[in-house]
Amino acid sequence: MRTRLTDDETAVKEVFDGFFANESPIAIVRAAEPQGHDSELWSKLAATGAPGMALPESVGGGGASLRDLAVVVESWGAHLAPVPLVEHAVATRFLHTCGSDIDSLVAGEQIATLALRDSVAGAARLVPAGAVADVVVARAGNDVVRLNEPGPGTGPRNTGDLPIADRELSSAETVGSADEWTRALDEWRALMSVAYCGLGRQALALGVDYVKDRIQFDVPVGTFQAIQHGLADAATKLEGAHLLAHRAVWALDTDQPDASRLAGMALLFGAETARFCTDRSLQYHGGYGFSEEYDIQLYHRRASAWLLQLGEPSLEYARLADDEIGPIGSSGEAA
Amino acid sequence: MDFSFPPEVEAFRTEVREFLAANLTDEMIAATHDGTIHAPELHAAMAARGWIAGPVPEELGGAGRSALESVVLNEEMQLAAAPVDAMAVSIVVASILLEHGSPHLKDSVVPRLLDGSALGCFGYSEPESGSDVAAAQTKAVRDGDEWVINGAKMWTTLAHISDYVILLTRTDPDVAKHKGLTFFLVPLDTPGIEIQPVPTMAVERSNATFYDDVRLGDEWRVGDVNGGWAVMKTALKYERGIAGGQFPSPTVIDAALDWAQTAERADGSRPIDDPTVREKLMRSLIDVEVCRGFAYHTASLAEEGVMFGVEGSMTKLFASESYKRHCREFQDMMGVDGLITHHNDDAHLGGRIEENLRHSPVTTIYGGTSEISRNLVAEGHLGLPRTR
Ligand SMILES: Cc1cc2nc3c(=O)[nH]c(=O)nc-3n(C[C@H](O)[C@H](O)[C@H](O)COP(=O)(O)OP(=O)(O)OC[C@H]3O[C@@H](n4cnc5c(N)ncnc54)[C@H](O)[C@@H]3O)c2cc1C
Repeated sequence: MRTRLTDDETAVKEVFDGFFANESPIAIVRAAEPQGHDSELWSKLAATGAPGMALPESVGGGGASLRDLAVVVESWGAHLAPVPLVEHAVATRFLHTCGSDIDSLVAGEQIATLALRDSVAGAARLVPAGAVADVVVARAGNDVVRLNEPGPGTGPRNTGDLPIADRELSSAETVGSADEWTRALDEWRALMSVAYCGLGRQALALGVDYVKDRIQFDVPVGTFQAIQHGLADAATKLEGAHLLAHRAVWALDTDQPDASRLAGMALLFGAETARFCTDRSLQYHGGYGFSEEYDIQLYHRRASAWLLQLGEPSLEYARLADDEIGPIGSSGEAA
Repeated sequence: MDFSFPPEVEAFRTEVREFLAANLTDEMIAATHDGTIHAPELHAAMAARGWIAGPVPEELGGAGRSALESVVLNEEMQLAAAPVDAMAVSIVVASILLEHGSPHLKDSVVPRLLDGSALGCFGYSEPESGSDVAAAQTKAVRDGDEWVINGAKMWTTLAHISDYVILLTRTDPDVAKHKGLTFFLVPLDTPGIEIQPVPTMAVERSNATFYDDVRLGDEWRVGDVNGGWAVMKTALKYERGIAGGQFPSPTVIDAALDWAQTAERADGSRPIDDPTVREKLMRSLIDVEVCRGFAYHTASLAEEGVMFGVEGSMTKLFASESYKRHCREFQDMMGVDGLITHHNDDAHLGGRIEENLRHSPVTTIYGGTSEISRNLVAEGHLGLPRTR
């Protein structure tokens, strides 16, 4: 049992906190809007080896664990870095498991992504990173297919300024089966729960800094207990979300029997917590929180957006319930 | 990070489960309906295994169980709804004495608390002071070799079955409130003590205790004269660390699941097939996993020798607030049947959800209110200015 980062994980964290602070300051995040992608930043990130770090060394990857990748993802989330790290890493790991060619993906020359929602009639709607991905992996019926085709570059404007876009799959080829797909989606869920913790932590830090500085009624507004208590609730949930998110990643990494369950739970709780953090933090900025100029709005919008790439949250609860207590109509006989 | 337990801790968990299956009976749980959350036979059986002495180091007469084993014991007891309040409090009292007690107390009292032959209780709160615990007014005055204690304590839970109370007193009224406090361990059969029951809205009872010229030798003092605040800090550290309270919800969720699967609504449908019920159940299970993360985290920190502070407050805040919400939602789920108390033979699972609903409000009050926890998180974790 070790519920804090190990020394090695701390070393990874320090490297990538530094990388994202230098290469993806908030000015870069803003400059990438509305498309939500910065190809120069992607090249720099690729040069660190991060996109392929959790692939075996035998294929040119970094041989790192999912846990190490999660440390990088937390930092990526905290900086809202406009590059599709999680989608690329998960899609590439999946393709590797299927024995599909990943030569152009390991080092990040090309970008891969996964359609989180099943494709319908040969098309995947609003695929995360779909605007910029050269390779799209998607579930189609009982198969999983791979499309090799450069992305359109832009997609519809959206709440989180995310590079989501529709992708036509008619020229895609089958690479795997639906069984293996579950694992890929769970990796996305677990890694995004960690990313949400990064986002929540940074959003909370912005709020805490702000209320220490902003003077009203002759005192810093952070002196008011109403504000302290809202922030304390956020900090408490965040600590809980952090422990659950990393436990889910650990469970996937070590093939624990409850890994899938924990991944689903971690994402829902992480998203709810990050949204709570951005809500409290924005509220305690007062009017400035609503202005484009202040950064908290960038966090608030992404906290809303990331989860919805997967679909309706209520369907995620329903999915968890089906696994836990059996589907509706089964009189609660566990599946 | 690594969330696995070492094999010996997993083995211990199995042992605890088997022990509870063999020793914890429905009658013991039902017996708490008299208001006293204590099962003497269970306590004795646990003491016989050295489990009460579990967290206390071996060189101090304990069993030297690791923090991970302690959290597992705690978790399993709570999942089984074992009535362990008296045990939890007695371990804390023993731990306080081991850290601050005189040789007399370590030799004559601690072994009795650890072998289960005596029980202790907390005497901090007073009619006029609760959250502001350092404002205690119960007076202790020196008289020759003795101390004379006068005053009143409120909420001295379990005093009516305890042998000792660990009592917070004022020994210097003329200095800042934190600097004039002294602790004593008071045998409850000392002349001058009166114990009156305080009934509550739930099944549990508490007590008001009164101290009228209670005389004690100096060997009953705990810590330095006017050094009571240091002892109080130790007391709160142990209370938030080993006294449990991280898993109040699972037995309620089990009951809710049972109800949802077996009850039939007027239209013939089952609650379990209602998506809103299913979502509530899933949310409550997520909250339990969050509590598990907190519990394992504090234990793991303790095991590493990292003293935790604010993590204990976060755990308590999250566990108690979510528990209160679960009780409300699941009583609502049962509709009118959710109102039926344990007094009725046909109450669902002995009226478990109803009973928890009435118990739940106290969990965000005792052991440090939610507001006090939030203050501690705001100050200690976020570095916001002190407001008091
Ligand atoms: C069933 C039960 C059993 C108990 N058992 C024991 C026991 O065994 N031994 C013992 O010593 N005590 C015991 N207690 C007492 C318990 O610890 C106190 O009730 C608790 O600490 C709160 O104190 P209070 O009741 O005086 O409320 P108060 O301190 O008067 O608080 C009233 C309200 O004001 C809020 N408040 C107070 N100060 C602040 C602040 N600084 N900032 C924001 N809000 C604040 C509180 O959160 C609360 O909402 C028990 C209580 C109950 C109900």
